[in-house]
Amino acid sequence: MRISRVATLAAVAALTLGVAACGGDDSDDAGTAPESKSFAAGTTMEKLNKAQKIIIGTKFDQPGFGLKGLDNKPAGFDVEIGKIIATELGIPESKIEYIETPSAVREEVLEQGKADIVVATYTINDKRKERIDFAGPYYVAGQHIMVKASDSSITGPDSFKAGGKKVCSVAGSTPAANIEKYLADKVAQLVVFDVYQKCVDALNGGQVDAVTTDNVILTGFIAKNEGKFKLAGQKFTDEPYGIGVKKGDTAFRDFINDTLEKIYADGRYAKAWTETAGKFDSAVPTGPSINRY
Amino acid sequence: MSVLVDNFDVFAGGLWVTFQLCVFAAIGALLIGTLVAVMRIAPVPPLRWIGTAYVTVFRNCPLTIVLFFAAFALPALGSNADFLRIPGLTSISSRLGNDLPYFRFAIIALSLYTGAFVCEAIRSGINAVSPGQAEAARAIGLTFTQNLRLVVLPQAWKSAIVPLGSVIIAMIKNSALAGFFGVVGDLSSSGTNLTSQGGEPIIPVFVGICIGFLLMTVPLGLLLDRVERRRAVGVR
Amino acid sequence: MNQQQSVLYDNPGPRARRITLIGSVIAVIGIAAFLYFLVYRPLEENGQFEMEKWGPLVDPNNEVFPLVWARLRDGFIATLKAAGLAVVGSLVVGVALAVLRVQLKALRERRFVGLPAPAALGLRALSWLLNAITRFCVEVFRGLPVVITIFFVATALPDLGVDFGDRLWYLVLGLTIYNSVVIGEILRSGMEGLPGGQREAALACGLSSFQITRMILLPQALRIMLPALISQLVVVLKDTSLGFIIGYEEVLRVSAFLIGNLENPIQVYAVVGAIYIVLNYLLSKLAEYVQRRLAKGRKTKGLPPIDVMTPARAGADGSGAAA
Repeated sequence: MRISRVATLAAVAALTLGVAACGGDDSDDAGTAPESKSFAAGTTMEKLNKAQKIIIGTKFDQPGFGLKGLDNKPAGFDVEIGKIIATELGIPESKIEYIETPSAVREEVLEQGKADIVVATYTINDKRKERIDFAGPYYVAGQHIMVKASDSSITGPDSFKAGGKKVCSVAGSTPAANIEKYLADKVAQLVVFDVYQKCVDALNGGQVDAVTTDNVILTGFIAKNEGKFKLAGQKFTDEPYGIGVKKGDTAFRDFINDTLEKIYADGRYAKAWTETAGKFDSAVPTGPSINRY
Repeated sequence: MSVLVDNFDVFAGGLWVTFQLCVFAAIGALLIGTLVAVMRIAPVPPLRWIGTAYVTVFRNCPLTIVLFFAAFALPALGSNADFLRIPGLTSISSRLGNDLPYFRFAIIALSLYTGAFVCEAIRSGINAVSPGQAEAARAIGLTFTQNLRLVVLPQAWKSAIVPLGSVIIAMIKNSALAGFFGVVGDLSSSGTNLTSQGGEPIIPVFVGICIGFLLMTVPLGLLLDRVERRRAVGVR
Repeated sequence: MNQQQSVLYDNPGPRARRITLIGSVIAVIGIAAFLYFLVYRPLEENGQFEMEKWGPLVDPNNEVFPLVWARLRDGFIATLKAAGLAVVGSLVVGVALAVLRVQLKALRERRFVGLPAPAALGLRALSWLLNAITRFCVEVFRGLPVVITIFFVATALPDLGVDFGDRLWYLVLGLTIYNSVVIGEILRSGMEGLPGGQREAALACGLSSFQITRMILLPQALRIMLPALISQLVVVLKDTSLGFIIGYEEVLRVSAFLIGNLENPIQVYAVVGAIYIVLNYLLSKLAEYVQRRLAKGRKTKGLPPIDVMTPARAGADGSGAAA
């Protein structure tokens, strides 16, 4: 079951990689010398294109998706998606401004117009849709559990119901809220930190038995600490990552959705993945189908 | 303001956890501080060096970094701070005996950090004891330890009580940081959790946290004011 | 170190010196053994001394060394910037607050003789109310953890429509609120601790209440309380590290990014901690120097000696050793 899935993914990866090689050149051209594009008057696209400037909200501390590098620039899959959208708007890479949008402030930032789009491991849900609109999803993550390679006692979230097993996640995050439902005693079983690296240290040191969050983050840690950790059981949630835009800006949302569908096809999506999060999870995801609500 | 009523148990629970943390850390800090203060005036030079180095390091290092080292360097040293699982006490405070060691790590960090300030408060108290006292004690043949134990420290404690109180109040406030280092369910972390995860409005939650901390700090502060005023009257 | 200590024990004779020497040797061996077996060995076994983890921080030939230090330098500049602004802000607001409270106290004691009874009563009620309000604010902000103040300034103000744009200003505002209250209390207790003759003499000269505060009390209080004030500045510098909670890119936040890239938390924090210790150590040395200069100068009588070692212990101030 598992093997066949991996094989399929690998096949898809190989295929898309091939496409990526061709598609890559196009996007590079577009990146250096953006063709002048024209948009219908009065739309956000036209406004951004005219201003030749876009502000993208992303995470600065999420390895693989948006992490501020040693050169002081954020890098990751979310950042690449943001760059592609900017390119499609006819804005060169150098004119993109990044602001940090931690989980707690993402809606605010859009409402107050501090960012034009937010690409920040932003799970689409109905509560958030009340305040902002989502384009995408462009990636579907899922919550998973990581344990020590030698541990066979945890097979899924239900293993925590008996109590005794301790799990770590990040404060205020959706994964932390999700796992809470499975715990017999929150105080004795759950510990939260500000970043996942600390959870991994705690797992390594034996203070906790498991770390839970989105699969791609965990695969990243597994790849880096070769042979030390493994995933337990199957992923138990679906977290579709969307791109946040201002509430009611349907034209802009449609434009981003079109862009996403375009880059699924021309290979830029796969290229963005292999250059960033692909280092953690080499299986390139297929672009999830866009939800135009 | 209904947030406060609806989540009363969250705030009360948070206050209880913070309170426990503060009591244990205060005890630890007083023990460490007294020990270091004695070391700093001991006749054996290396002890003095250790004492001075200790105070320099912990007084000048942000608590954030101390907490970080307690939570991550201690495990790297292979310790889960199990020595704090004191039989008997664990039945009063279940957190102390918890399998998750972060409550104990926070106690250690707060004790170590506050210990440096306690040491300085006690030293200022020792300085306030008139030299004649120690000289007289020496003249009747008391040794260094006897001198400290029977003559100097009891008097030093008295004049150190106000600065010590300030240090403990500061520690209570500092304990708010523990919530950011793996202690689940203390006053600050449960409050911020209510806003970030529960989506509760910020201002009422802020008021709730304020009340919690003020319940601990203001009475202590007023008590200190009183002690100080009474002492001032006594001196005059 | 001080005379007090030599008072505690006799000048050692040959036997005591021998015992001291043996004690010293045992202490040194004990410390060395402790460090080796309980600190060095476990860290070594954990691979915490590998060059892979230390290289980017200590080896100038490492390819990322310049980048890492450029980031840390930016971080420290941001830290110092926030600390500097917060210091200036807290000093200005603190002085104003101290003057306000002293003035209000003087106002409350006035009987307003000569005014018609209802007006006098109204004024007295007003001055009582103002006094109560300032007292309340001081008690509240002094009793709150500065982390909480910063956190909620940064989250609640944008909700209320006050938007500074840069996170720096939230941190500065949070620090200023807390520290100005503390500094205000330091100065107030300094002014109230001055001998009563100062005020009486000034009154006799015909100075108004505000003039007395401005020209007589405040300058003296500032001078007397200078060491305590400088210690409070060390506290501000340390508290700037709390900016990481609201995402201000000071040195600890920068460290978090570095750790995300390099995965060497213990090493990065050790280096940053060491820099903090050196910086603050220099500041407190400055405080000691200032104190010594002051002690050499005019002697102020009738005041308790101010101990720099316990920051801000003036009055019943509860702030002291805030992180």
